Amino acid sequence: MADRKGFAENLKKYAVTYLFIAISVFFIIVSKLDMNYVCSQLLLRLNRNAFIVLALIIPIVAGMGINFAITIGAMAAQIGLLLTINWGVTGFTGILLAAGITLPLGLLFGFLIGKMLNKMKGQETIGSMILGYFANGAYQLLFLFIFGNIIPLNKNVTIVGATGVQNTLNLTGDTGLYKAVDGILALPFFTAVWILCGALAAWSVIQFIRKKYNQKKLIVNLSLSAVISLLYVFPDIRAVFDGSKGGRVITVPVITWVIILMLCVFNSLIMKTKLGQKFRAVGQNRTVANASGINVNRTRLIAIMISTVLAGWGQILFMQSEGIGTFQTYAAHEQVGLYAGAAILVGGASIDRATNWQALLGTFLFHSLFITAQNAASNLFGDSVIGEYFRAFLSYGVIALALVLYAWKGAQKRKPGNELKGAVKN
Amino acid sequence: MADYVLEMKNISKEYAGNPVLKDVTLQIRPGEIHALLGENGAGKSTLMNVLFGMPVIHATGGFSGQVLVDGEPVKIMSPMDAMNHGIGMVHQEFMLIPGFNVTENIKLNRELSKGWLFSKVFSKDLEIMDKLAMSTDARQALDSVGINISEDTLVGTLPVGYMQFVEIAREIDKKGVKLLVFDEPTAVLTESEAKQLISVMKDIASRGIAIIFITHRLDEVMMAADHITILRDGQMVAACATADVTVDRLAEKMIGRGDESLVKIEGRQSHEYGDIAMKVRDLEVEMPGETVKGIDLDIYEGEIIGIAGLAGQGKIGLPNGVMGLYPASGTVEFHGEALPLNDSKAALKSGLAMVSEDRRGVGLLLDQSIEDNIVFTAMQVHGEFLTKPFNLKNAKAIRAFAEQMIEDLDIRCFGPTQATGTLSGGNQQKVCVARALAMKPKFLFVSEPTRGIDIGAKQLVLETLAKLNREQKLTVVVVSSELQELRSICDRIAVVAEGKINCILRPDSSDAAYGLAMSGMAVTQENELWRKDAPVTKKGGEQA
Repeated sequence: MADRKGFAENLKKYAVTYLFIAISVFFIIVSKLDMNYVCSQLLLRLNRNAFIVLALIIPIVAGMGINFAITIGAMAAQIGLLLTINWGVTGFTGILLAAGITLPLGLLFGFLIGKMLNKMKGQETIGSMILGYFANGAYQLLFLFIFGNIIPLNKNVTIVGATGVQNTLNLTGDTGLYKAVDGILALPFFTAVWILCGALAAWSVIQFIRKKYNQKKLIVNLSLSAVISLLYVFPDIRAVFDGSKGGRVITVPVITWVIILMLCVFNSLIMKTKLGQKFRAVGQNRTVANASGINVNRTRLIAIMISTVLAGWGQILFMQSEGIGTFQTYAAHEQVGLYAGAAILVGGASIDRATNWQALLGTFLFHSLFITAQNAASNLFGDSVIGEYFRAFLSYGVIALALVLYAWKGAQKRKPGNELKGAVKN
Repeated sequence: MADYVLEMKNISKEYAGNPVLKDVTLQIRPGEIHALLGENGAGKSTLMNVLFGMPVIHATGGFSGQVLVDGEPVKIMSPMDAMNHGIGMVHQEFMLIPGFNVTENIKLNRELSKGWLFSKVFSKDLEIMDKLAMSTDARQALDSVGINISEDTLVGTLPVGYMQFVEIAREIDKKGVKLLVFDEPTAVLTESEAKQLISVMKDIASRGIAIIFITHRLDEVMMAADHITILRDGQMVAACATADVTVDRLAEKMIGRGDESLVKIEGRQSHEYGDIAMKVRDLEVEMPGETVKGIDLDIYEGEIIGIAGLAGQGKIGLPNGVMGLYPASGTVEFHGEALPLNDSKAALKSGLAMVSEDRRGVGLLLDQSIEDNIVFTAMQVHGEFLTKPFNLKNAKAIRAFAEQMIEDLDIRCFGPTQATGTLSGGNQQKVCVARALAMKPKFLFVSEPTRGIDIGAKQLVLETLAKLNREQKLTVVVVSSELQELRSICDRIAVVAEGKINCILRPDSSDAAYGLAMSGMAVTQENELWRKDAPVTKKGGEQA
């Protein structure tokens, strides 16, 4: 009985996630796409988007909701990339330079966003969204007028015969920024999996020796690594990834994934510091945090500044990997906040609670839907445009649903007697 | 070593010209339990705000007087300063985070941590928490409070009584704490928990930590305190050793306004009650901060009954519960017919009306004109002031009625179209009364009618209520924190304590009786008019 009740609770709590798992599986089947294609696309999109989604975690923990203002972090990154291209710095050095330019810009923008959000406590989600739209205007002014006119740029990045930055910038060729991170070290899928499983096994043994893991956990981890590694022996599964039965050879951009994992480690490490404890305290109850001498506004400011910078770096990772190596100067940042926000919510996060796993799972599910929606729609309804509609509908729908669920839970919590109980369930 | 661990000398404070503390002196010896007594608004909280350097004090021009810790004059500008001087607070509203465990709560913002490369380069904030050392400390603090819970328990899963002890453990854990302020610590505790708390307090005090004990429960004061300071209307009225006083004396000092009446109303010679107008049984109301935990009360036709009690005891919950503004359970009979609870419209339709204590929130549409405010409820509930067949507003009738009301109640305004938000507090209150009257009620609840309005307006509002009662035989229930005004217009006064009616007193019962009744203690027979367990007889005014 207790188990069944626990399961029902779990189902209710992660309703959105379960719904998405069901839809994803359904769509993958209906779309009739080759598994090789689905997996290669999925991996590509995961390594492009995961970093940005992970950048959302700290503000959520600090009680500031979904920081849609990461759009502004993306703009900072694009300024960095533009200058890098303009100065002709190429390859990985170029990426580092862009990241270096993003850092101070992101901190400054994050500071301004944080100042603003501190003035609208409780409305951060919508506040950050509107700030993003507002910043888009400022960004256009900067790129259309100030760059080129006031800040001189090279001819090859400005619009021919006019002022302002070109509509699309090329990351391939001479600039050499395309795949500058992804391309450093790409391993075949199963080689990467073996390394990962080996690392997991080694880590488990170390933790067991240090007495941090019990025997059960060690066995579970070891057998999990063994089972995943041995999937290679099944030719059908192997074929999905190595293209031996047609399709592409799926490779894993190792450096990108190392960077993503580093962010995961950063996220969980910072929660173990005094600063992390402040984030959590402020997120759970500002009044109590304030009474114990925590500077609430400052803590929130730091959370947003970190998130903005991380989102900027995430955008650089995204841009170097995206599409065919072109940079849509005026559009690349527009959907960043929306897609990242929807993805983390799909993973089971809420407005006030999020983990690395939820971010990764959410990115995975959200994009598996993205990949399959078009084909699924054309197979089901004979019209691929409906798939396009589905994508937009889903992203906004998920966010709306999450906000409604949160308000509903809040209302439950405010019922007398439920205040403390409700807070714990969350 | 100074005689006193804390001295607050000649503290005065005013908010926008309103003096709230006048020359108050508080002296605390090391290791004593010092009770601070007073009614709501007596100035206890303001005095503590001064002690803790709360922003509300400094943002409103500071205070005059001197604060000495261990004989040294100090300037406390923020709660942090107070903490650094070894002054801690155990809050009435728990300052705990439910999603954190006991250790994390005890160590909140004082986490023990170890430095590493990053923290040395960037900031101490990046030091990694030392969970083990933290829980050892927490265990120690919990043990010294004598409570047997695991330091890993989530605070949100603890029973309410235990949370108080976690708060105390947190304050004890702070190094160098010399003085602890307990703000109404027993308010949420059961009797046995309260007893345990008091023994913990004595234990703490015996280790040399002084305690300021803010409470309204006089029996606990007698049990725990060594010395007592009593405030009334921002003035210090007594400071004495507990051994030198009796409970009755304390109660009297706390209330102590004697018979000075606010308004001159012809007293009624005999308490000739009519039929029972409203019969309330087992009423429970879930109003945050004013929970009602089972009120039984009979209200007679044509009387003015007062509901007195300290803030937070549930007196405001009564009218709000009956009128359906907050979730309520129990039975209410109105003129013999059952009144559905949790249904404001039904309550209004049956002829009840209420003037809310939340004048600007619930009572008025501040941007709307006086006349619209006056007729609004009558229009919505009874469909009055409308012209057939399209139910449009009948401007003429509305204007006529509003002008009548403005004249009757002496609402000072430019005219019926003035927005109510621009009126003074007293005149806003009169608009609220006018709106209730537009319902042609048989029965009127008036909640905190004089809150935040000046003395002249107070008299007018009270006289209006008395006049309506005398002339229109309107039954009136007045809920008020100001005992004085209840005593000047009511026939009977029910005193609410801990969510229940403690007893019903006469307007001229002694101050001591009121003081005891408000703190939830038994009152001697001669002061009582009616007791819950005594038989109720009709026309029973003189039964006691």
